[in-house]
Amino acid sequence: MQGNLQLRFDERFELQSGEFELPLSGVTVLFGRSGSGKSSLLRAISGLDKRTHGHLTVNGEVWQQGHKHLAPQSRHIGFVFQDAALFPHKTVKQNLAYGIHRLPKNFKPADFDQIVHRVGIADKLDRKVNFLSGGERQRVAIARALLMQPKYLFMDEPLSALDWRAKHQLLTLIEELVAEFEIPLFYITHAPPEVERLADRIVFMQQGKIETIETLQQALARPDSPLFDEQGAVSVLIGQPQHRVESGWHPVNLGEDVLWLSESSPIHVKSVRVRILAKDVSLALSDPKDLSITNHLPVTITELIPESEHKVLVRLRLRDGQYLFSEVTQQSVERLHLHPDLALYALIKSVAMTE
Amino acid sequence: MQIFGAEIDLQPIWLTLEIATITTLILLIIGTPLAWWITRMRSSVKVVLEALIALPLVLPPTVLGFYLLIIMNPNGTLTEFLRWFGFEGQLTFSKTGLIIGSVFYSLPFTVQPLMHAFEAIPQRLLDAAATLRAHALDQFLTIVLPLSQRGFLVAATLTFAHTVGEFGVVLMVGGNIPGQTRVVSIDIFDHVENLEYTEAHILSGMMLVFSLFVLMLVYGLNRRFGVKVG
Repeated sequence: MQGNLQLRFDERFELQSGEFELPLSGVTVLFGRSGSGKSSLLRAISGLDKRTHGHLTVNGEVWQQGHKHLAPQSRHIGFVFQDAALFPHKTVKQNLAYGIHRLPKNFKPADFDQIVHRVGIADKLDRKVNFLSGGERQRVAIARALLMQPKYLFMDEPLSALDWRAKHQLLTLIEELVAEFEIPLFYITHAPPEVERLADRIVFMQQGKIETIETLQQALARPDSPLFDEQGAVSVLIGQPQHRVESGWHPVNLGEDVLWLSESSPIHVKSVRVRILAKDVSLALSDPKDLSITNHLPVTITELIPESEHKVLVRLRLRDGQYLFSEVTQQSVERLHLHPDLALYALIKSVAMTE
Repeated sequence: MQIFGAEIDLQPIWLTLEIATITTLILLIIGTPLAWWITRMRSSVKVVLEALIALPLVLPPTVLGFYLLIIMNPNGTLTEFLRWFGFEGQLTFSKTGLIIGSVFYSLPFTVQPLMHAFEAIPQRLLDAAATLRAHALDQFLTIVLPLSQRGFLVAATLTFAHTVGEFGVVLMVGGNIPGQTRVVSIDIFDHVENLEYTEAHILSGMMLVFSLFVLMLVYGLNRRFGVKVG
């Protein structure tokens, strides 16, 4: 996908993306504060805003050229809106059928029963949509989009209105569906944990412009990453769960080291992403045995990054090559004589599977 | 027909109902696309159009009637225009002219409730329909119309009621020709002029009961729709 899109309203630019190029695979997250133009960009890409101008080519097909644009009806997209946007005068089943009836005749219909079961709404088909919970509504919206057999899937903050439990369940569902159906997903959010869980790459937006496009690894390696605005620096480690329990702990392999998690990994998954806040990582020159913290990992310092308020961000390399941030005070750096290439132990107070 | 010993001519009543029904139908057909078009409009012309449509609400009916009389007289713009399409006869002091006048007079009572109903439909529902491959007309018929049932009910009622109640425009454009333009409101005025208070009483009473009945029917339906559509 390659383009440059603008949206102007009363002499003011709502969107002025600048030239961008995005691969059509995996999950692309559009990240930014509210008002940063991420929704405008997604609406412009999907053709929902007629005021859009600029150019956009997707997979060799011209979607936008000046003010001329390919109708959204012909773009083979599936769109899941922030509050589901279900038709309130129709039942769940009628909502799902709405798009199917409008597919071109030569389209082989998707397997209705399979998708409805997969998304978990098989028992809700005859309900009025007003009697669904927030999570159920989004499930219907996702099924409705998938039934269109889209080539590209767009989601605009689909979880923002949900409670944490529904959020957690739906994130897992979205993650699994992306892997199963192999549809490129463009996903808007302002929540770093969602980014860390789903993203392959991130489009950072500010004031209607695309600032940078980075892979998740690049974005997490940058100490000033916008992803860290809220909770400070975060590391995301990818590990292989052993799918067993030992005294209440669930071991996850990081190369030859093991990370102990208090929660179990979803069955069938081969790898999990775990999220560690830099301020939850302490450093010790020797491996302490008499400590309540369970997770001790041998690491090497690669970089010391001074931060404000006498804090220092320490970038550490694990034995399997992954990176981990630790936040310590300037005083600790001096007391322990921390310097690059020093081998020591990272003590991790809390590890969470990304939710 | 004899009512309470007075001879009442029912023809003005039938004529009134006929004109009000036709006017309501015409206005629903014209007013629906018009209201939708204005609702969706983003340019500053919107304000001008909204003001133009609301004009009959503030203008004295005689002013509107006067201008209608000018354009509908045998050499008037509207008459000339209709002649192009093979129209013969005259507009002033005829039923056709009266219906055209009513359409102008009652326009805001159709368009405004419809605009309110259309504005209440969230844009994202139409966006969703577009991504589900529904084109504009399809979206309108399958999403907008069913979701604005109440608006249509209100629009039809208000239009009908106001057309039944109009007086000034009728007097200017239609005059008082029995069977052609003598509607109930004119008939009542006539009776009062001739000091036939009994007849005036009976007709006015009938109008009162009729209007109350129609309004109650509509609010009753509205309530029931409310539960269903909510």
